[in-house]
Amino acid sequence: MSAVDEPLYPIALLIDELKNDDIQLRLNSIRRLSTIARALGEERTRKELIPFLSENNDDDDEVLLAMAEELGVFVSYVGGVEHAHVLLPPLETLCTVEETCVRDRAVESLCRIGSQMRENDLVDCFIPLVKRLAAGEWFTARVSACGLFHIAYSSAPEMLKTELRSIYSQLCQDDMPMVRRSAASNLGKFAATVESSHLKTDIMSIFEDLTRDDQDSVRLLAVESCAALGKLLEPQDCVAHILPVIVNFSQDKSWRVRYMVANQLYELCEAVGPEPTRMELVPAYVRLLRDNEAEVRIAAAGKVTKFCRIVNPDLAIQNILPCVKELSSDSSQHVRSALASVIMGMAPVLGKDATIDQLLPIFLSLLKDEFPDVRLNIISKLDQVNQVIGIDLLSQSLLPAIVELAEDRHWRVRLAIIEYIPLLASQLGVGFFDDKLGALCMQWLQDKVHAIREAGATNLKRLAEEFGPVWAMQHIIPQVLEMINNSHYLYRMTILRAISLLAPVMGPEITSSKLLPAVITASKDRVPNIKFNVAKVLQSIFPIVDQSVVEKTIRPCFVELSEDPDVDVRYFSSQGLQAIDNVMMS
Amino acid sequence: MNGGDDVVAAPAGSPQPLEWKFSQVFGERTAGEEVQEVDIISAIEFDKSGDHLATGDRGGRVVLFERTDTKDHGGSRRDLERMDYSVSRHPEFRYKTEFQSHEPEFDYLKSLEIEEKINKIRWCQTGNGALFLLSTNDKTIKFWKVQEKKVKKISEMNLDNSKGMGNGSIASSSNSTSPRQYLANGGSPDRSCGYLSNDFSFPPEGIPSLRLPVVVTSHETSLMARCRRVYAHAHDYHINSISNNSDGETFISADDLRINLWNLEISNQSFNIVDVKPANMEDLTEVITSAEFHPTHCNTLAYSSSKGSIRLIDLRQSALCDSHAKLFEEQEAPGSRSFFTEIIASISDIKFGKDGRYILSRDYMTLKLWDINMDSGPVATFQVHEYLRPKLCDLYENDSIFDKFECCLSGDGLRVATGSYSNLFRVFGCAPGSTEATTLEASKNPMRRQVQTPSRPTRSLGSSITRVVRRGAESPGVDANGNSFDFTTKLLHLAWHPSENSIACAAANSLYMYYA
Repeated sequence: MSAVDEPLYPIALLIDELKNDDIQLRLNSIRRLSTIARALGEERTRKELIPFLSENNDDDDEVLLAMAEELGVFVSYVGGVEHAHVLLPPLETLCTVEETCVRDRAVESLCRIGSQMRENDLVDCFIPLVKRLAAGEWFTARVSACGLFHIAYSSAPEMLKTELRSIYSQLCQDDMPMVRRSAASNLGKFAATVESSHLKTDIMSIFEDLTRDDQDSVRLLAVESCAALGKLLEPQDCVAHILPVIVNFSQDKSWRVRYMVANQLYELCEAVGPEPTRMELVPAYVRLLRDNEAEVRIAAAGKVTKFCRIVNPDLAIQNILPCVKELSSDSSQHVRSALASVIMGMAPVLGKDATIDQLLPIFLSLLKDEFPDVRLNIISKLDQVNQVIGIDLLSQSLLPAIVELAEDRHWRVRLAIIEYIPLLASQLGVGFFDDKLGALCMQWLQDKVHAIREAGATNLKRLAEEFGPVWAMQHIIPQVLEMINNSHYLYRMTILRAISLLAPVMGPEITSSKLLPAVITASKDRVPNIKFNVAKVLQSIFPIVDQSVVEKTIRPCFVELSEDPDVDVRYFSSQGLQAIDNVMMS
Repeated sequence: MNGGDDVVAAPAGSPQPLEWKFSQVFGERTAGEEVQEVDIISAIEFDKSGDHLATGDRGGRVVLFERTDTKDHGGSRRDLERMDYSVSRHPEFRYKTEFQSHEPEFDYLKSLEIEEKINKIRWCQTGNGALFLLSTNDKTIKFWKVQEKKVKKISEMNLDNSKGMGNGSIASSSNSTSPRQYLANGGSPDRSCGYLSNDFSFPPEGIPSLRLPVVVTSHETSLMARCRRVYAHAHDYHINSISNNSDGETFISADDLRINLWNLEISNQSFNIVDVKPANMEDLTEVITSAEFHPTHCNTLAYSSSKGSIRLIDLRQSALCDSHAKLFEEQEAPGSRSFFTEIIASISDIKFGKDGRYILSRDYMTLKLWDINMDSGPVATFQVHEYLRPKLCDLYENDSIFDKFECCLSGDGLRVATGSYSNLFRVFGCAPGSTEATTLEASKNPMRRQVQTPSRPTRSLGSSITRVVRRGAESPGVDANGNSFDFTTKLLHLAWHPSENSIACAAANSLYMYYA
């Protein structure tokens, strides 16, 4: 054992801890591998550290994961791009471990390193590595190999390219479904690097095999490649090869495959272009909207607006709108909820007349839905409809919906509606708000649930911002100040919170004339919690008000509180005094 | 992906009855030795290659055995993955390792004790030379990895051991789980991080005095079992089955009322795919007793019920598979109904044949073989316990009527086997025309109780293309040696080797292996 100089002690410890029994310490050392590398220098990093890591690859997954991640950014520590290849062996072993997240990270790091490597190094080191993994004895290696082809392919000489394509096609027919899944999900990336002549032949035949795989989980992933491949192909090829596959998938026996199509349909439409979309995909989409399986309808309903945007309005009105009507009374609340979250966006697409004739009845029925989520989703997107037809047509139905949500027995529902109140206020206008919603906003300040009271206070602030201090002075401040005399200390505390939020919006004048006196009065409260909250509020509002007010009113109040019998009150008030002093000094 | 040869395509001449011989016993009981409850075997399972066997017991332990008679153990792993294997000798196994899979627990919310007893074991895809398996008790499923590890020792470090010991520090206390300490812990990890953070600059050629720890790998290996994942809190009732999907990434777990679908890599969520719980528990008439995935079709799943029906469901049809694709049940003969009809109809176990065409089911009295393409009735019924029919009343009194016997099919699909009382198990030939019906005893002399019963079909459905056989019955209530049946020694668990004629069965705490 060698003695180590004192300044080197921490780094020596870090190195030793690469092999500590405690996983936390090993993890810590691995995370600081770059420091160790710098301490050893580039040459010893290449000759000692990297081989050391290659040999010690039977560690816990967390350590391996960190190692895979670190090695991805290690090129500069081994002496730059010309030495990047020394990093491949440890990552190659990490590509074969059974823990998926470690393998994925190792593949990611290999891709990062591979994309920096010089072309001849790729041919000499990287491609052989890909081939070794692809021929790996265990499926884990073959799974990882699939994610490396797109890096290896472009710099390979012609002979090797042919070989790589054929290896990939073998992987797509591997015995293990895991390997085929990996090949299917990486097909898009690989295809993007393949020359277009081979794309049409080799890649398309690979793709067609995958679309006929007997494992549902493989076909699912082939759906994703449809969009990726579609973007690479000429429009006519896309129509000839991809479109039939999509149409087939949309009628697959497995709902999970149809679900994927429903989820990806917009991307698929983009890939095949507008004309074929109209002809072929609209009927497919309509089928998905009417699917037997609720999960598929949920996915399809969620895309209805996006889809309508790429087909022309007439087609949408003719074909899609009838389905939308059906979905608005679907038996599954989740379908209705998904529809409600996007349907408002259809208004700008369809235009004013169609919206009033066709969509409005749907909005109204969804606003009366028995499930709060559905109603909330409609309310959250109100602005989109307002732009097209104005709010008046809706307001009659809106109000009961809002009131009901505001008094829902689940506090999360109440919380959700409070968050939309400023949006509603801006859309509905001051007049409507004053009449109908003002009282609700005050009611939330006395809710039984803290989160609601807190949200109610924040809501007041946002309303004041929306309608301006003059309005707030009239419609918020008096009501709020009245409530500071509530007999329950928790409600009084809510008011203090509201005051601290409102003060910056209301400006120095109103703060010192209206809000501050109320706070000062509260400092005489009998409950210590109120008193130290007063100290906190004062601390937050003293920068707003005039210096003279601080000296005349706030400081004496702090002084008084700092002699309070309660330790917390003393603590916060002395903190406040300190804050005032600090500002004075600067 | 191909499971194996189609049974129906087998040559017409029925195979000769097998001559069963004793092969091995593990944990044999000596005369007068009392069996410890925790040692009683509660699950047996061969892996797909047949090179490994796992047993679980009531004490929550899993014991692994490995096959010793295959010479090319390190042969092509791709072949192993493909599980095509054939050897001429009969399989022999040796003890490999064991580990504690489950511990007794207490559910404080429900005031329920959770036993550690292993209900089922299922092998998963091997990888990287490690074995993977799922084990479950009533509530919690665990995913295990068993791997050989080379013993490694660290021989050289930068810092001197003795030097550090003096400055006992924070780091050493954080290290308290490990008794050994290689490091001189001068400081906590935080300190070393803080020190090195920014301004410490290293010379470009590095610091020569620093060295990496030297690790010496010895030739010793040790088997390590590590729990990789725990799939918990998804079952309100007792888990009766787990089964892997052929896609290699999902599995199901079934309890009395629900079946959940899991991804092997995700332990914090599962999807409920079957729910038979009625809105009002008083309307409950039927529970799930067993469930299994089809061996090759990733979307097909079968589950059995306490009413004697088997439902085949297609996962492609919908997310929640409340409606079955196919229902297999036998119409009861009119007038034969008694108090016990429903109890003895309850299916205790179902198994798919290797190619997925047939399902074998076990109820209290019989084994039934079903063709999944024929839902009008079983293609064959084998009487296992017909002689107990007069005694159902006694069996009900002592709860034996609720015993859950498992069943198994041979790898070639030509024979089926199931357990019985007095440590007996029975093997039937199910190839067309076969009359094979053997009774064996789980002892070193399995043929001791052999009863020759000329058996012939006793019932026909009147269909010429289906072979309906009913045989193997007619044993008296007393066995050939004049012993009356012993209901306390029951052989519930057994497994057939996937590719050879070899059966492993559990008699209390002993594991007996036979070959033919």
